[in-house]
Amino acid sequence: MKRISFYIFSLFLLLGLLIGCSSAPKADKAAQDTSKPAAQATDSKDKEITLATTTSTQDSGLLDYMVPIFEKQTGIKVKVVAVGTGQAIKIGQDGNADVLLVHARSQEDKFVQDGYGVDAYDVMYNQFYLVGPEKDPAGVKNVKTAAEALKLISDKKSTFISRGDESGTHTKEKSIWKAVGINPEGEWYVKAGQGMGATLQMADEKGGYTLTDEATFLSHKGKLGLQVVLQGDPLLFNPYGIMKVKSTKKSDSADQLIHFFVDENGQKLISEFGKDKYGKGLFVPSAKKR
Amino acid sequence: MEKLKLHQIVVQTKEKTILQVDEISFPTRNIFGIVGPSGAGKSTLLRVMNLLIKPSQGTIDFFGKNIDLPSLSYLKAIPIQRQMAYVPQKSVMFDTNVYENVAIGLRFHGIPKQEIDRRVRVALEQVGLIDYADRKATTLSGGESQRIALARSLVLRPKLLLLDEPTSNLDPINVSIFEQVIYNIYQQTEMTVIMVTHNLLQAKRLASQCLFIHQGQLLEMADTESFFEQPQTKELAAFLSGQMIY
Amino acid sequence: MNLNLSFNDNVLSVILLSLEISTTAIIIGILIGIPIGALLALTRFPGKRWIVALVYTCMGLPPVLIGVIIYLMLSRYGPLGSLEWLFSPQAMMMAQSILVTPIILGLTMSAVQAKEKLYTEALKSLGATPWQAAWTIIKEARKGIFAGLGTAFGRAISEVGAVMLVGGNIEGHTRVMTTAIILETRMGNYPTALTIGFVLLAISFILNSFLVMGIIGNLREERNYW
Repeated sequence: MKRISFYIFSLFLLLGLLIGCSSAPKADKAAQDTSKPAAQATDSKDKEITLATTTSTQDSGLLDYMVPIFEKQTGIKVKVVAVGTGQAIKIGQDGNADVLLVHARSQEDKFVQDGYGVDAYDVMYNQFYLVGPEKDPAGVKNVKTAAEALKLISDKKSTFISRGDESGTHTKEKSIWKAVGINPEGEWYVKAGQGMGATLQMADEKGGYTLTDEATFLSHKGKLGLQVVLQGDPLLFNPYGIMKVKSTKKSDSADQLIHFFVDENGQKLISEFGKDKYGKGLFVPSAKKR
Repeated sequence: MEKLKLHQIVVQTKEKTILQVDEISFPTRNIFGIVGPSGAGKSTLLRVMNLLIKPSQGTIDFFGKNIDLPSLSYLKAIPIQRQMAYVPQKSVMFDTNVYENVAIGLRFHGIPKQEIDRRVRVALEQVGLIDYADRKATTLSGGESQRIALARSLVLRPKLLLLDEPTSNLDPINVSIFEQVIYNIYQQTEMTVIMVTHNLLQAKRLASQCLFIHQGQLLEMADTESFFEQPQTKELAAFLSGQMIY
Repeated sequence: MNLNLSFNDNVLSVILLSLEISTTAIIIGILIGIPIGALLALTRFPGKRWIVALVYTCMGLPPVLIGVIIYLMLSRYGPLGSLEWLFSPQAMMMAQSILVTPIILGLTMSAVQAKEKLYTEALKSLGATPWQAAWTIIKEARKGIFAGLGTAFGRAISEVGAVMLVGGNIEGHTRVMTTAIILETRMGNYPTALTIGFVLLAISFILNSFLVMGIIGNLREERNYW
């Protein structure tokens, strides 16, 4: 009896090792060997494309507003995968999406340069805000630039909640720290590793500062005690780009979606989005071929 | 004088009376055999005596103590229960080794360790399973389990040993070992043994007196020889001749 | 990517934190669940049926719901806000304790109940006091209880929704294996996510094997068990 249990145990252990050994390298391969686009899933429906985008476009409601209009106009169904920018780009590299709509310019450029993407356009932009508790313990309201503000926060060791998830917002935040020449570290610098909404709630709970995109902040505003402590610095500009994944098998449909966003009509829709609810548009249209 | 006596025992369910006994007196230091058709109330009688079920009325004279059974509380029953032992038809084995299965009652009674060790070894010798001390009890055969259950009872040195068809599921060899142990113990100690059995030959072999229980009532009680040779009631005569009237 | 470089240090602390939080939760679950579960199995009282039904319901509590409730309680404006536990390991232990306690309690209860039916009369006949009988029955039910602990630990350490909500996935503070997997996946670091996933699997597996085979095996050998 005991012997049998031992054999079963060993068998499982062996199985576990086998899975562990065979899968890990596979994953590495998938990560490195991305020059070869993964075989497109056999999608019989040509009239269905996948848009990989960041959570901010989904959470703000922009896509719920734009996509149905596009689907009605063209009869092309759009599957929206809303993830972090890092994962969105990875999904594009792996050939699991047809179009990307993201906001991390340096990563986008690299995506195009490396030959994964084509037909990249600027679509629109919105602003990042630096938000914090009403009391403003670091005195950020007295300065005008993001660089000065972050320096104050760092000097005073006021709590700062970072997304810490390689998202577009996090990339932006890191670029500002880099510009100030500070490597944020310590108890006061909290890496949340969560989405924007959760990060805002954490900042609210902990009485800390955070960098947020406008759309998410406005949609959460009523539920939070946080205030905008700094805005308007050109550094806090948040441009979105749209591009086609080169390996797509549905090039025509992908083109149609991209053009829908950058054409006059789509741009007008973007500019009007959010006006009824927040009194001002959440995104500023800025279509331009790169 | 030490006595073992039952008075006016009545066990009832909502529908019917299971057992109704006016008086049974067990002369101590004897082996008693209780026989009767299935469902007659033999096991019920034993379980009443072991204080496992409460009759709706009745008293027991237990070696000088007069106990009113219906009003007996769980805690008050314990010291009396500790003076007797009970081996059911199919004994449970605890999920540990044979040694501990035999020692368990002694540990409950708070007997010192050395004494436990001595008694357990003796009892295991008696039932012929001394080599099994470290075996897992749950892997034993039915016959071995019953012998362990008997050892578990013997180490308690009970004044009264109650056996409820303890060998009914056993093969002839285990039955013979079991009977031999009981007979030896009976000769060496002052134990009183009451044994329910459906095996008339077993009663004949072991018991000095036999009781016949039928439809919840004690119909006959006599020395074994006259019990089998000169049954006084037609029911017992029919039972002994194998034409039981159900 | 710097995350791959810092893999060893960070991932180790993430694993240790996972183990620490889930182990604490299990210990709390044991302290509450085993005595109450055993008590429920061994006693009869009016209304017990309802309590048992409640326990079984709680065994299936969605972890995310637990997370939301703890979040609201610990939130700055919540009833326990003054503890300042939100986004701390304590909050995560609290959530996991609430997750595992009903599981341990319920499985202890059913394990003990099964043995109670089997052994009560024999123990009474052997002259056991109520305490001795109860203790013996609980010990007889140990296999079932250990299986329950294994199940509970597996649920705790692989749970993600509640710890994400109340812990916040803060690096070096409240990031555990499951939330790290989510984050790494969202960042596109599939290899890291998978690696942590396999560590999680291995821990679950080793612990369960240990619980099911090791501990029970040891107890079997022990002579002075009673």
